[in-house]
Amino acid sequence: MSPRINEIWVYLSASPLLGLTLTLLAYQGAVLINQRCREHPLTNPVLLAVTMLVLLLWATGTAYQTYFDGAQFVHFLLGPATVALAIPLYAQLPRLKRMAIPLLLALLAGSISAALSAVLIGDLFGASDASLLSLAPKSVTTPIAMGIAERLGGLPSLTAVLVILTGILGAVGAPWLYVVLRIHDPAMRGFALGIASHGIGTARAFQENEQAGAFAALAMGFNGLLTALLLPWLLPPLMRWLA
Amino acid sequence: MLKAITLLLLFQLAGESISIFLSLPIPGPVIGMALLFAALAWRGGPSLELRETAQNLLQHLSLLFVPAGVGIMLHWQRMAEEWQALLIALVASTFITIAISALVLRALTRRSAPRADPEHRP
Repeated sequence: MSPRINEIWVYLSASPLLGLTLTLLAYQGAVLINQRCREHPLTNPVLLAVTMLVLLLWATGTAYQTYFDGAQFVHFLLGPATVALAIPLYAQLPRLKRMAIPLLLALLAGSISAALSAVLIGDLFGASDASLLSLAPKSVTTPIAMGIAERLGGLPSLTAVLVILTGILGAVGAPWLYVVLRIHDPAMRGFALGIASHGIGTARAFQENEQAGAFAALAMGFNGLLTALLLPWLLPPLMRWLA
Repeated sequence: MLKAITLLLLFQLAGESISIFLSLPIPGPVIGMALLFAALAWRGGPSLELRETAQNLLQHLSLLFVPAGVGIMLHWQRMAEEWQALLIALVASTFITIAISALVLRALTRRSAPRADPEHRP
């Protein structure tokens, strides 16, 4: 690099502008690729954008904190976006009332199997205790999951990553799984994806249609509440049993 | 749009305050969502402005997870040591959860509401 470019880079990489702009560019690039590939699940926009950004930060030797100083403005919008989920949810009110009991029972089954299967399978393949505790709330939306992990004695920042990976896996895998299981109803597709894969699953469900998205949002919200209530008394005995 | 954004932030703020004040394990935005839902049910639906703003925000919901996702950089070490166990656990558990939730819901709705949306079948 000539000294001139170097100076510009040093200046820009220290300002939040770069992290923010790169996030928006990477995401839009990812969406474009996703559309070109006819929304093939493996070209999930979150997966592509994260991969691009990690490679870029790694190649330029930029610290995550430096990047996040800019990207935090995008991250902040998760809060109001979560609140805004109430609106598509409200549109589904009549159907929610009609399906209330089946939805609650499916939620309970899904919520417990999400935490139990993750911890048991992780333990079977030799994951450490800290990883298991961080893994338990992996199906819950990031802010709740981090809070739960902290309470349980896991590593909140590891949980954040596992949550995102779970979201991507669900968004990528669900369309195939639904073909195998022959689940066609948008409400069911959305609801199951929202339980397993929180916001990223919800985003994927909204790509399908508004009804699937609304049920995913509902599942995500209630699974967050339920897991926050269940895990603190479900997990300690399980960990003692595994030890 | 400005009014709608302010409204969303106000509900988030109320949610955060309740979460902290009652030291609940549930984060503020989720409580904010519940409050807004209750308000909509009480008032009888969102305004056009609020609906459009929410739609714009939720259309790019995926984008909002990107900054946290890049945080995977901070866990290279652990990932390198335990990636097999973590990957198997994540993949298997996610699929098990989706399958159980969807199948339980289908089994229960078939019995209770046999006319559940035949028009949505492709």
